Amino acid sequence: MAGIDEAEIGRVFRDNSGRSVATLIRVFGDIDIAEDAVQEAYTLALTRWARDGAPPNPGGWITTTARKRAIDRLRRESRERELLGQMAASALGSDDPDIPEETGPVQDDRLRLIFTCCHPALSAEAQVALTLRLLGGLSTEEVARSFLVAEPTMAQRLVRAKHKIKAARIPYRVPADHELPDRLRAVLSVVYLIYNAGLNSPAERGLCAEAVRLGRLLTTLMPDEPEAAGLLGLLLLTESRRASRTGADGSLVLLGEQDRSRWDRAAIAEGLRIVQWCLRRNQPGPYQLQAAINAVHADAASAAETDWSQIVALYDQLLVVLPTPVVALNRAVAIGEVHGPAAALALVDELDLDNYYPFHATRADMLRRLGRECEAAAAYSRAADLAPTDAEREFFRRGGRAYRP
Amino acid sequence: MTRYMLSVHSANGVAQEPMSAEEMQQSWQQIGALESEMKAAGAWVFSGRLHEPGTATVVRVANGEILTTDGPFAEAKEHLGGFYIINADDLDAALAWASKVTRIIGTPIEVWPFADFADEPRG
Repeated sequence: MAGIDEAEIGRVFRDNSGRSVATLIRVFGDIDIAEDAVQEAYTLALTRWARDGAPPNPGGWITTTARKRAIDRLRRESRERELLGQMAASALGSDDPDIPEETGPVQDDRLRLIFTCCHPALSAEAQVALTLRLLGGLSTEEVARSFLVAEPTMAQRLVRAKHKIKAARIPYRVPADHELPDRLRAVLSVVYLIYNAGLNSPAERGLCAEAVRLGRLLTTLMPDEPEAAGLLGLLLLTESRRASRTGADGSLVLLGEQDRSRWDRAAIAEGLRIVQWCLRRNQPGPYQLQAAINAVHADAASAAETDWSQIVALYDQLLVVLPTPVVALNRAVAIGEVHGPAAALALVDELDLDNYYPFHATRADMLRRLGRECEAAAAYSRAADLAPTDAEREFFRRGGRAYRP
Repeated sequence: MTRYMLSVHSANGVAQEPMSAEEMQQSWQQIGALESEMKAAGAWVFSGRLHEPGTATVVRVANGEILTTDGPFAEAKEHLGGFYIINADDLDAALAWASKVTRIIGTPIEVWPFADFADEPRG
């Protein structure tokens, strides 16, 4: 078999390491042992796969190889003898590196792991970092770069979080039914945060793909959770427009002005199928409703054909389940399309969002449409001061136009 | 099984909503019932309520001598008002007990794992 190059080996590992790490954490009860063992398997693969090619079942190979490495290491370390005694029976399963793909309980391992990573006893920053590192298979350096912190800082954050999991004994299991709604919300919000981090940091677009991958994993592991499906739908529909969100010169292109022929039709089709599935389930939640709003945009052949009254109706529902000022702002924008800028501005001015740049951008747009140019210019300049990316700052400095958050 | 301390924090000098005698009575009954539940579940190890921080005394070594001063050691807006020591299978089980305590007494609870020698970072 022909060898494969390092980039391909890295890709295969990234696709499979979350599963292997999760399984080894269950077997050995220790995150560090699991991570180190998978890392050792990677080092081995770099020479072996480069020469012989990838094995027929790379995921199985990684898990088996890492498991053997971990057992070797525990054997070497005499103080772990007791632990080895407990674990060996379950760990010493097969010596065949090409064991068939493990199914069933192995998938549950990843589900257990994501609930551990996103446990509310950990800070939001730690939840995101652990999820990307352990389930996403990103290196500490990649995680650090994604969140614009120095690698030693991120390494420290991960060490502390793992220490807390161990010391406080944060459980490694899927929460009981009565805890599940709260705990699932935390997991979904970590995935959404990862997506938005990618969207807002042009250098780290890989995070968007990673979030979609995690969202897909959640829908596979919890096929009956409408909000997990809703999140995946929302991510896919947002992702379908990502390429057309930026002009050739890196500038921001608004939804109404985007070249709709550049939208990713496959992602839209999948997102729409998910939204339709959610509608049939009829258990609406925040992610499903946001996905549905994006589906209305995706459905419109041109900006002018957008069904804004449908969008207002969806925002009315969203505001009931997610009564935040940001949702109220987005609803005001939709109201502006249906009832005009004066109605929208009255709603916007009631909101306490002074540090949120889309608030100023939205106000600016309404003021401009009402012919109040001086006030509009002041609001655009405030939006520019607060905007997170160069593209958006530049956009507002040039005087905005119809901004949609 | 891990051992945890549930520490009950009170704000210094902030008069909480004064409880009526009846409410006080009810609260004590609830606490009593909860402690029985903890004991029946094998979770309860020890618990205690502390006097106000002005009653605490600090001893320390200064220049090789023991120095005794009026407490508390940390001048903070909040102080330890009492605690439970419990055994629990994992953090979620400990958090479930802490949730029951805080629902009754209305002040925040900190859940701390005890360190065993086995848990210490290896040198």
